[in-house]
Amino acid sequence: MTEPVLRVRGLTKKYPGVTALDRVDFELRRGEVHALFGENGAGKSTLISIISGAQHPDGGTIEVGGRAVELSGVAAARGLGISAVFQEFSLMPTMTVAENLVMGSEPGRFGFVDRRRIRRLARERLEEFGFRIAPDRLVETLSRAEQQMVEIAKAFRPELSVLILDEPTASLTDEEAERLFALVEEARGRGIGIIYITHRMAEIRRLADRVTVLRDGRLVTTVPGDTPDEQLINLMTGRVVEDLYPELPVPGTGVMLAARGLTTFDGSVRNASFELRAGEIVGFAGLMGSGKSAAARACFGLERVDAGTVTVAGQDLTGAKPAAVMKSGVVYLPSDRKQEGLFLERPLRETVTLPWLRRAPMSAGPLLRPGRERAVAGDMLRRMRLSPADPERPAASYSGGNQQKGLLGRALLGECTTYLLDEPTVGVDVGARVTIYEQIVALARAGSAVLVVSSELPEILHLCHRVYVFSHGQITAELIGADINEETILRHMMHWGEPAVKDIA
Amino acid sequence: MTATSPAVAGPRNPMISLAARGFVKIGVLPVLVLVALVVFASMSDNFLTVENIHSALRQNSYIVIATLGQFIVLLTGGFDLSIGAVTALVSVSTAMAMVAQAETSSPLTAVLVGIAVGMLVGMGCGLVNALGIASMNINPFIMTLATASAFSGLALMLTSGVPVSGLPVEFSDWLGFNQILGIGVPIWIAALAAVGLWVLLTLTRPGRHIYSVGSSPKAARLSGISEFRTLLLAYVAAGGLAAIGSVLLTARIETGEANLGASLPLQTIAAAVIGGVSLRGGSGRVIDAVLGAVFIGIVANGMNLAQINSYYQMIVTGAVLALAVVADRLRSRLAVAVYAGKV
Repeated sequence: MTEPVLRVRGLTKKYPGVTALDRVDFELRRGEVHALFGENGAGKSTLISIISGAQHPDGGTIEVGGRAVELSGVAAARGLGISAVFQEFSLMPTMTVAENLVMGSEPGRFGFVDRRRIRRLARERLEEFGFRIAPDRLVETLSRAEQQMVEIAKAFRPELSVLILDEPTASLTDEEAERLFALVEEARGRGIGIIYITHRMAEIRRLADRVTVLRDGRLVTTVPGDTPDEQLINLMTGRVVEDLYPELPVPGTGVMLAARGLTTFDGSVRNASFELRAGEIVGFAGLMGSGKSAAARACFGLERVDAGTVTVAGQDLTGAKPAAVMKSGVVYLPSDRKQEGLFLERPLRETVTLPWLRRAPMSAGPLLRPGRERAVAGDMLRRMRLSPADPERPAASYSGGNQQKGLLGRALLGECTTYLLDEPTVGVDVGARVTIYEQIVALARAGSAVLVVSSELPEILHLCHRVYVFSHGQITAELIGADINEETILRHMMHWGEPAVKDIA
Repeated sequence: MTATSPAVAGPRNPMISLAARGFVKIGVLPVLVLVALVVFASMSDNFLTVENIHSALRQNSYIVIATLGQFIVLLTGGFDLSIGAVTALVSVSTAMAMVAQAETSSPLTAVLVGIAVGMLVGMGCGLVNALGIASMNINPFIMTLATASAFSGLALMLTSGVPVSGLPVEFSDWLGFNQILGIGVPIWIAALAAVGLWVLLTLTRPGRHIYSVGSSPKAARLSGISEFRTLLLAYVAAGGLAAIGSVLLTARIETGEANLGASLPLQTIAAAVIGGVSLRGGSGRVIDAVLGAVFIGIVANGMNLAQINSYYQMIVTGAVLALAVVADRLRSRLAVAVYAGKV
């Protein structure tokens, strides 16, 4: 089972001014999960878009099943058994699951679409994977996870030999991710070669047989899947892991934000009490859907509060709108930057300055001062080390890491006293992480209260003075000092043992 | 380099690359204007004369003003299909108020009262639209389609379908035919409206809020911006601009007409889109909307001079609109590629 199903040699792709891929060799065996690992811009996306036929290389060869091939397009790649599931879905939202599954090869009879056969084919395909999704449902009514399932079912076809998954768990809850992992393992068992892109160490640990590390468009090395995290990060960045997290300052004592018995209308948070103090970094740990994010959002007026209070510097702000909460010096960094953070088609400057336009250098009375605004935004982008630090480029044109740094810069620009950071490093490469961690620690050092809601355990372990652990909407532990360790946190995350088991089954 | 958008593969020829960058930067309109000018100048000797250009601009100033109103709503990601009905209702109510007031007071007072009533009616119509869209969350397309029917019904009901005549002659003299520095009053007012809107959109916070709500309502909310107040401003401003255009048109034709402006919804949306304003909201400049409206005017004027049948003119307008939408799509796809460094 170790013959290569796909082999590329000396693959090169040049854009004006940039070499996105520089003579990269890559080999995928039958029945292996092969992770691609690297910072944003390392060449992972270019590599998979060439393998899936979406882009053409400037040099190098591609062999599929031992034969040299020319991938003229996505359809040609598919014909050779290569399918890709990209982060952007290719489903038609207003059509049914069944119609989407057969799209492009609808079975017909006398020139008409045979609806009954479509439905039967779709049901068979879904059952094969154990997906319980009705074929008649419209795609737009599915959750993101279910859409992902359909996307994967669509990618699987009888002749499938290479499956490409681009950060497939980015939008899934932990439970949904579990189902995806099971599916990947089953595909591996069937002898399919899987190329798996992820930023998450835990997934590499869990699934990968081998890991290929790319940096700056070049192949660094290919190593076994059980290579230690520290070594992988070292290979990817040329940095050691201890360098990632700066030293924490001594926390203050003044309470900046306090929640008492907080309960949201939809029950996502129940009877949670916590406080954020000046100069302190507090972590919210928990699984996806545990209420850790909803609790932060409720403090910022983004969730309907049913009971309990939120006070900021002694002032009651329970159920206040975001605008009012911001006036009290609280700012929230959303976890979904594309939906809730950025004005994608507008210059990045507008995203950065929008909440603070009223402030002195950017406004004179009722009028804005565009020159000053540009200078303020440019300074902030340089401070956050964006590349390029050009505030007039559309937000959409920046990579994920740069977008996140821009959004954090927007929060910093407010010079607030309390920062609620929801997954501040989601989908961000290690280089950008270092900058983000530095800024978070600098905020605490300057006396602000900082909340870090995070699904990344290392962040909770290394970046926080104090940690609240959430499980099923409730706070199950408050940990300080030596108690902030992996074992204790995980134990409290699973605290509500019984419902968790029921949910999975 | 890492954009996961495999749909656009970049051309590598430097000439094509230059053309693509230019297209992304300035859009399709300058090309269209140039083509139209050359074509019409060769078809008719009268086209490029000072008098014709002036009269074309004056005729066009009404559409320019209405387009500005449509444009501000498009920026929020909405539509205003009621813009024609508002024009009709304003024309009728301005004329009726003026005629009634003229019986008891001086022409100047009557004209001012008429204009005030017209402006209030126009902005009131905008307010109704805004309340439905911003507070009851009705789709702008449906809401303004519904109010379009209601407003034009109201205009017809008020007049029983008969034009309102007997307006003070001063009204038409001042606002319809008068010239300042050799340029017609409607042109001045259109220019003032454009400059005023430019100031609002680029130099004030409410203007920035309009762009941000159109670009991403959720992100705007998280930035502490009130979507309700922003939409209210946009729709009321659109109603006010429609009212200004309607008052000027009423002065020009010297009657209040309940069937005025029927083609405005299509014309104004077409003008804005041809100018490069995005139908998805959040992007477009005042100058784009103005040039789009002027272009539509040039085409209409040129075809009139070339004595092209008005039925053909409608076909041409439709074709140009469809073409502009295709160009808009292409442009936003190319923009991604250009910024990703692929072109």
